[in-house]
Amino acid sequence: MKWPRFFRRRYWDQERSRELDAYLEAETHENIARGMSPDDARLAARKKLGNPTQIREEIYQWNTITLLETIWQDLRYGARLLRMNPAFSLVAVASLALGIGANTAIFQLLDAVRLRTLPVKDPQQLTEVAFDHQGMYAGRGRGRYTVLSNALWEQIRDHQQAFSGMFAWSVDTFSLSRGGEVRYAQGLWVSGDFFNVLGVPPLLGRVFTNADDRDGCGSPGVVISASFWQREFGGAQSVIGRKLTLDGYPVEVIGVTPSSFFGVEVGRTFDVAVPLCVEPAVKGEGSMLVRRDGWWLDAIGRLKPDWTQARATAQLSAISPALFESTIPAWYQGADAKKFKEFKLKPSQAGSGLSTLRREYDRPLKLLLSIAGLVLLIACANLANLMLARASAREREIAVRLALGASRGRLIRQLLAECLLLACGGAALGLLLARNLSQLLVTFLSTEGDPLFVDLNLDWPVLAFTTALAIVTCVLFGLTPALRATRTEPVSAMKAGGGRGTTASRERFGLRRLLVVSQVALSLVLLVGALLFVRSLRNLVTLNPGFRQSGVLVASMDLTRLGLPKERRLPFKRDLLDRIRTIPGVDAAADTVLITWGDFSNSGVFGQGPSDFKGQTDENWISPGYFNALQIPLLAGRDFNDRDVASSQRVAIVNEAFARKFFGGGNPIGKTFRMGAAPGQGLQVHEIVGLVKNTKYQDLRENFPPIAFLPVSQDANPGPFVLFYIRSDSPLTAVISALKRSIAEVSPDINLEFHVLQTQIRESLLREQLMATLSGFFGILAAVLATIGLYGVMSYLVARRRNEIGIRMALGADRRAVLAMILREASVLLAVGLAAGAVLALVAGRVAGSLLFQLKPHDPATLAMATVLLAAVAIAASYLPAQRASKLDPMTALREE
Amino acid sequence: MPKRNAPPLEGEMLQGTLDMLVLRTLSLGPAHGHTIAYAIERGSEDVLEVEHGSLYPALHRLEDRGWIASFWGTSENNRKARYYRLTPSGRKQLAAQTSRWDELVRAINRILRPATTD
Repeated sequence: MKWPRFFRRRYWDQERSRELDAYLEAETHENIARGMSPDDARLAARKKLGNPTQIREEIYQWNTITLLETIWQDLRYGARLLRMNPAFSLVAVASLALGIGANTAIFQLLDAVRLRTLPVKDPQQLTEVAFDHQGMYAGRGRGRYTVLSNALWEQIRDHQQAFSGMFAWSVDTFSLSRGGEVRYAQGLWVSGDFFNVLGVPPLLGRVFTNADDRDGCGSPGVVISASFWQREFGGAQSVIGRKLTLDGYPVEVIGVTPSSFFGVEVGRTFDVAVPLCVEPAVKGEGSMLVRRDGWWLDAIGRLKPDWTQARATAQLSAISPALFESTIPAWYQGADAKKFKEFKLKPSQAGSGLSTLRREYDRPLKLLLSIAGLVLLIACANLANLMLARASAREREIAVRLALGASRGRLIRQLLAECLLLACGGAALGLLLARNLSQLLVTFLSTEGDPLFVDLNLDWPVLAFTTALAIVTCVLFGLTPALRATRTEPVSAMKAGGGRGTTASRERFGLRRLLVVSQVALSLVLLVGALLFVRSLRNLVTLNPGFRQSGVLVASMDLTRLGLPKERRLPFKRDLLDRIRTIPGVDAAADTVLITWGDFSNSGVFGQGPSDFKGQTDENWISPGYFNALQIPLLAGRDFNDRDVASSQRVAIVNEAFARKFFGGGNPIGKTFRMGAAPGQGLQVHEIVGLVKNTKYQDLRENFPPIAFLPVSQDANPGPFVLFYIRSDSPLTAVISALKRSIAEVSPDINLEFHVLQTQIRESLLREQLMATLSGFFGILAAVLATIGLYGVMSYLVARRRNEIGIRMALGADRRAVLAMILREASVLLAVGLAAGAVLALVAGRVAGSLLFQLKPHDPATLAMATVLLAAVAIAASYLPAQRASKLDPMTALREE
Repeated sequence: MPKRNAPPLEGEMLQGTLDMLVLRTLSLGPAHGHTIAYAIERGSEDVLEVEHGSLYPALHRLEDRGWIASFWGTSENNRKARYYRLTPSGRKQLAAQTSRWDELVRAINRILRPATTD
């Protein structure tokens, strides 16, 4: 084994050196004894021994591992050179750190959201069971995974054969407070086998079993996450048995989960988990458990080891008809019902968890990663240019080394060692930067009501990615300059004297030009992309959703603790609304059951007979004054009024899209349609009394959907929840505190919370904001880098051509001609780069197409804007060296020769 | 790798042969480098002229292989010197190399003087 020797090679060298000395001494002594003079004796001894340095070298060579030894030498030499050029090193490391950091940060998010498997037992066996059909069906939805109803879930659980265990789950938000301002906990509804199937043991106490999750269970308690345990209970061991209230319902803590467990949803974490069976008790009238049209659950199973996905698919589709038949909501009719019964259940891999974040951000993150990659590429081109400049400054030194017998490979290795040091420095700093950047990104995408949680611990894929980046960048910006530098003919380089004059061959300039052209091209692509995303966001922000966004508050209240009987709820809400309308600063207020962007509900619209199904419509229940509060223009007919009561004719106000879809446009006032209400209530005839302008319902990006507005006053089952839209031109904070005081006077037991409508709408555009912000940042960065590159190359060209310019001026060229000549050269580079960039941008734009709103990826105006912008900046940057050239004093320039 | 300007053949000893001679010399008792060089020279009645310097890399190699061990001691002239002695595995190695050498010499002799054998 060579290693022990390798590490002790210096010790052995000293030992051998002493030993050789000892030999010389002994031999000299003997020679003197033989009668030589001391000087002759020493000389003879040396002759006898041979060259001691060579002997030591031979031994050292044998001890060392040559490759390691020389690499170490190269690295030390490289470090020394970098220390001598601190400005260059700093710029290089900083730009690499930024580039590598940005790439790593985005990759880290992608890795966490997309690549990793759940931190549970055998995650690859986990399989989600959903419909073979995207989207929700008529009825009520709650949570982010509106896949199954409870009835359907129970049927699947009882009839499937593919899974050794199954569980259903759903997400929810619980209020922890008892009156006053609301404090939220992120909740999970779980079936009894949840923890058991996932293989998550309790950290403390116990987790649920099937025995906890039975129909009509009393209070089986709550399992809390480790982070909630720390936050809420300070990590106290005595937490088991402590009480919490969830939406006012008291529960007891029975266990804590390990800190690595965040549920099955990547991108979020949970605070409390509650069994499905207590849902009716907690949610009261809003309960989904018994509703066959309540879509709120998602089911995951653990595939049996001897089952394949295909076999599971076959079994699930075989049992599907019976399951859908037996769980169809009673009010589904006609074609709707037929379609429902034809659905099939389909298993899909769920080993890396479920994630709306993944669905929504997969494409943006990949796109951002490629954008950041391009920025890194541009930065590499800049560094390559700098390295080329340095190499030509060191031309003479390298020529001397080559002439003295250094091998080309060794010299290349030495030059690369320098780059490797820079790249590693950049990567190490970049890794540090990435940790902060990725956390920043997560914070950017989090909102108050929907905090994101992404496990950003470093893992092997991330480290491997960063290492690969370091190596690739090193090769990119280091290899070509190193190859070029060592290709010099020693003789010509040494003859050339100060490295000035005509030595620079066309070819070497060609490479620098090529680098600048590609920089310009790439940065044009990024600028176009940035402008596309910024303009797309602008389109969305300035889009008119059909209702007023600014100065509107959403006040939500929970009256559960007041214990009002159903018949007193409507009067109570009306009184509350009247009270609020009198508060100074409140311009208008109205009651609503669903808020824009939050909840949604839809129903089937029918004609005369039960089989006369016409289609689906979105719906909402509102009080009089709703259209006034949101400033939605009433086009025809009337608003709801106090005479629309439970006993009078059922009325509806519809929007234009509704009128067009069901009545072929025109004035629908006075026409009737039939619509299902709650399950079991059957279809009821509604007379249209008003027509309003279109509004968006769930999302800014959607087309205006048909909406039917129904009066809350005709709702037979008013819930204990209140949602008010409150419009005001006064500062909203002042209005909020006035509202709080006023509501607290009514009762301190009302749970209340406020949102600003505009903020909520903006928060629905987070993805667009992320794309616009980051691509904008990268686009500007790329343009700056390319401009610096162009400036550098032009300056270099001018410096190299001092003689030539001097001669031209001496021969009578005036300053303007010189200025024009240099600018012309810069313009050619710029034009070629812009042309190539435009082609690239058109090709690359397609990738971004699906992320743009009301904008084509090959939007000519955007392309023109980006081109003009980049050209202006780049010409301005090359004006400086051109001017320097025109100010040249021909005499001094010529004398330098 | 052959070096340029290599000394004439008679000055070079077969790689391995020197190792064997060193081991043989040390089988008589511990010795330091100076002594070993002279012992080989004299033992061969000055036929084999060792370049004394080349002995040291050989010693280093043998020690690294564990066939000889070294220690600092005091020479007969009261000087510090690095002494070498044969290790048990070195002794085995000497026996093995000697018998292989004998075989080699017999084989070569059979070719060079076929008539005179036996």
